[in-house]
Amino acid sequence: MEDTGTVVAFWILAALTVGAALSVAAVRNLIHSVVLLIVSFAGVAGLYITLSADFIAVVQILIYIGAIAILLIFAIVLTPRAGRLNQEGFMLLPALALAVLVAGTMIFVAFDTSWAISERDGFEETATAIGDLLLDKYALPFEIASVLLLSAIIGAILLVRPEGAEEGPE
Amino acid sequence: MDSVDLEHFLVIGAILFGIGLYMSLAKRNFVGVLIGIELMFNGVNLTFISFSRFVESAEPLNGHIFVIFVITVAAAEAAVALALAVLLYRLRDTINVDQIDLLKW
Repeated sequence: MEDTGTVVAFWILAALTVGAALSVAAVRNLIHSVVLLIVSFAGVAGLYITLSADFIAVVQILIYIGAIAILLIFAIVLTPRAGRLNQEGFMLLPALALAVLVAGTMIFVAFDTSWAISERDGFEETATAIGDLLLDKYALPFEIASVLLLSAIIGAILLVRPEGAEEGPE
Repeated sequence: MDSVDLEHFLVIGAILFGIGLYMSLAKRNFVGVLIGIELMFNGVNLTFISFSRFVESAEPLNGHIFVIFVITVAAAEAAVALALAVLLYRLRDTINVDQIDLLKW
């Protein structure tokens, strides 16, 4: 990918994503942390677009920003007395060391391996092909995913239902 | 600096994964741990999509399919985990993971 627009977009989005992700870990207030997480998710969605993954970029915005970030905010506001401090526990230094080690190893492997780079251009449009694959070759995993989502919804409702709730309409 | 290759995206994926790993291990608040897990998912998904775009393959779109399933499972996981957080808050009045030590002897 060598055209100037893509390169400039990549560097801007990369700085946005990584900077927002670092701030997510650094800010003291959890609400601010989730807002910065949304910025980071949006940056990743932009990176998907530079990788010509248009469908995944839209899914990223819909599900990560529209659903998961909102769920996180709900979890914070539903637990008011637990505090909104985004502080570290006693695992700070081991966690930092492990994270640096893991990320460093992955970056080393990324540069050390000679990947089988293909010369083809980006995808024209992916939604049609993904839809065909999901309902043809991957139909069974697709159905299993729907069962998983249903059981997750039922489980979540069951867990947070108040004690002694009414058992259906009288 | 004048072209963008696979390695650039892999480095960003690795950094996101590292930040997520750090947060999920070090944060005291349960929501902070969950934020870390979501960041790790994002790093992995970005890696999948960049391999799908750059690496030689007979069916390059399989990476996209995999990412869709990862996002599905992440959504289910977030819903159940946040339900657990609310439940824990009702029982113990805190969601700090280092104060939830019922199973510690």
